[in-house]
Amino acid sequence: MGRSLKKGPYVDERLLAKVERAEATGSREPIRTWSRACTIVPEFVGKHFAIHNGKNFIKLYVTEEMVGHKLGEFAPTRTFRGHGGKGAKAVKK
Amino acid sequence: MPRILGVDIPPDKRTVISLRYIYGIGPYLAQELCERTHIDPDKRARELTEDELTRLAKLLEDEYVVEGQLSRQIKQNIERLRNIGCYRGLRHRKGLPVRGQRTRTNARTRKGPRKTVAGKRSVKDK
Repeated sequence: MGRSLKKGPYVDERLLAKVERAEATGSREPIRTWSRACTIVPEFVGKHFAIHNGKNFIKLYVTEEMVGHKLGEFAPTRTFRGHGGKGAKAVKK
Repeated sequence: MPRILGVDIPPDKRTVISLRYIYGIGPYLAQELCERTHIDPDKRARELTEDELTRLAKLLEDEYVVEGQLSRQIKQNIERLRNIGCYRGLRHRKGLPVRGQRTRTNARTRKGPRKTVAGKRSVKDK
């Protein structure tokens, strides 16, 4: 279910503050963040982020097309190692 | 046979029904079109006059997205998701369900016919 329009998009305020600080200082450093649920707003465009996926920080350069998505959508939390193939049996035992 | 927007040739069914043979027109939109063009929805499609057909075509062209244009729009939206590397795009690339459905079983529409793996215990064995 979508979020109520009345509330507007969820944007982590502390993250937004960080982005604005980076904008002001012209910092090119990726912004580390854990707030995967934060919506990407136009202010984020052209910034580098490092989004936590539960283990590592995934680097992401935000483009205009990504606006409206959540940060977490770009940092997968699962690694698929594949099914079957040679030695699959051995692994199972 | 009446033609609307080039290719579509709905047969001798009621107008509301035959309009639905156009890609992008469902029950609701078919009804709406009939109302907005003042066409009797129960009239057979073959009995539509030249004027009524042009009215339908014009309305569709001006205010709705149907047929090739619609399928192109849908493809573009999916293409966008694929390209920006978001979760939904990854699911499209892999041909797996996009909206969080289970994949342990089912999901055959997206995954296609079963690929049986030799030696793997089947669901029944468990």
